[in-house]
Amino acid sequence: MARRLERIDRPIKVLTEDIYALSSLRTMLYVAAPRLLPALLVLLIPVLAPGDYFQRVATLAAIYGLLALSWDFIALSTGLVSLGQALFFGVGAYLAGLLNLQFGLHPSLTLLLATVIGATICTALLAPCLPLRGIYFAMTTLVYPLLMARTIEATAIVGGTDGLVGVASFPGVWSERYLILIFLLAAAFSLRRLMTTDFGLVLRSISDNDQAVRASGINLTYYKLIAVWIGAALGSFAGAYFTHLYMFVGLSAFSLDLSILPIACAVVGGLGTLAGPVLGAFILVPLAEMLRDLGTLRIVAYSLLLVALVLFKPEGILSYLKRKYEQVERWVEV
Amino acid sequence: MLPSLLVYGLINSVTLAITALGFSLTYGISRVANFAHGALYVLAGFSAWFFLNRLQLNYYLAAALAILLTSLIGAAIYRLALIRVRGMPLLEIIVTFALGTAVLETLRYFGFFGSHYSLPPMIRGSVNLLGVPVDLQRVALVVVGASLVLFLWLFTRYTRIGLAFRAMAQDEQAAMMLGIDSDFMATLSLALGSALVALAAVVVLPLSFIATESGSNILVSAIAVCILGGLESTAGVVVASLLIGYAQIVTVTYLGPHYQMIVALLAILLTLIVKPSGLFGQQKELEERV
Repeated sequence: MARRLERIDRPIKVLTEDIYALSSLRTMLYVAAPRLLPALLVLLIPVLAPGDYFQRVATLAAIYGLLALSWDFIALSTGLVSLGQALFFGVGAYLAGLLNLQFGLHPSLTLLLATVIGATICTALLAPCLPLRGIYFAMTTLVYPLLMARTIEATAIVGGTDGLVGVASFPGVWSERYLILIFLLAAAFSLRRLMTTDFGLVLRSISDNDQAVRASGINLTYYKLIAVWIGAALGSFAGAYFTHLYMFVGLSAFSLDLSILPIACAVVGGLGTLAGPVLGAFILVPLAEMLRDLGTLRIVAYSLLLVALVLFKPEGILSYLKRKYEQVERWVEV
Repeated sequence: MLPSLLVYGLINSVTLAITALGFSLTYGISRVANFAHGALYVLAGFSAWFFLNRLQLNYYLAAALAILLTSLIGAAIYRLALIRVRGMPLLEIIVTFALGTAVLETLRYFGFFGSHYSLPPMIRGSVNLLGVPVDLQRVALVVVGASLVLFLWLFTRYTRIGLAFRAMAQDEQAAMMLGIDSDFMATLSLALGSALVALAAVVVLPLSFIATESGSNILVSAIAVCILGGLESTAGVVVASLLIGYAQIVTVTYLGPHYQMIVALLAILLTLIVKPSGLFGQQKELEERV
């Protein structure tokens, strides 16, 4: 007897698709819960997590989550696949360090300036490569962080191989813990919102069929530049925050891990869902910390997990959860 | 000064070409950018070292075994992993890169890093070229490199498999209609590319030591050469490695050893920005550049 798996939307899902979502408390909760609950959980981390160690892991997860979000946004909106998130991170990190050490600016100001200036620098660097697509764009972005690191190493500017030491830390422990979490939530929610506006519609269609967008008389380069700028701003903020967190910035700010781990987070969480990569970061980073005893075998375990997920479960956790939340599955006879 | 620049520039160029040929061949045939290229290079070096020192095998036998092993691994990577994500460049890159990282970090975990491991030179002694003393291993390297290019040229023109490779490279759909098994050819291309990089490892590594750290350098310089030359062209590989090879030797002589990698990285960037199809590639230009 041949059977197939049938998927049907839950009645409540259908009910909440329109203005009728406001018709009862139950429907409102159904819509709001998957958005509010995770946000509330994230905001409670600094209060609930026991000890500095767990706080630090949560902070690191948020930093990687931000990088993963930036990667996913660029990939989703323009179809450009970046292998060089470390460029955004490193530029932001070095800018924050320099602004703080050279001009003695307060961390709140360096964070702001490093985000804006860093994003502009990165966009300017990537601007000539924007017409490229696919593997060619991926390779250009792979090269940039390496080039930055080698140049700093060779010319010994901005501290050379020693890096910049003695950057100011955050004024208080609570501002340190909450800043990154709030920024992450704000970024995730506003980017999801952005993708539903007309502007987001254009961005989404660029990744689907850029020639059709171009034929509609829309300036591709303008939209791509803005998307890259937003992505780069998120990455630069993560880098600048990292510098102030560790009071140090070195060549490791351009390391390959920072380019690879965000992609892993995005793959685990679900490509193109924006919230998925953040979820992925909050799974993968603590996992990496648990495996710390294994030394470099940790990276092996990590890479193999990534390969296994890509090969056998490319859907991602968030897409899976969303499907379970919205649909019922049953076997029917054909 | 000038003779030494000429001779060592040539040697450097041949080293680049020989390490890049495998990458170029694999990409040209199956459109798979094999980011495990550098890892396979290091793996081949260490397995040759293992066969030679631990199993006390004959040098040439050890080298041949290392090449065979690496090509089998290359084929396995395609058969077991890449076949599922074929045609999705991003996933291909993630998979090969992650596998390469896994190989390199496993080697590092078992203590294979630093400058403790090296292969002895195959031939000892030196000759004078243009008044510059050059050891015979480097001469052998140039000879192997030149004969490899010649071999590939003949192979892709006068054997059935070579012709099938070229058919795949030009038009996969048409090749499949003519009865060429696309997956089998892609497996072969991965195996051949890995064998080429293993051969490069066996010939080049006696000149320095085997280190996991060199994996990413090999990958970057292979990509640099392939991109400058055009990603599917063997002639492009030769010309590009001559260009980059001499440029590297000149900058290293006048600016310092740190600049060697910067030359390769800049070559990638400038080529992709100015002419993404490279010096000799034609097919990809319309497709990839809007």
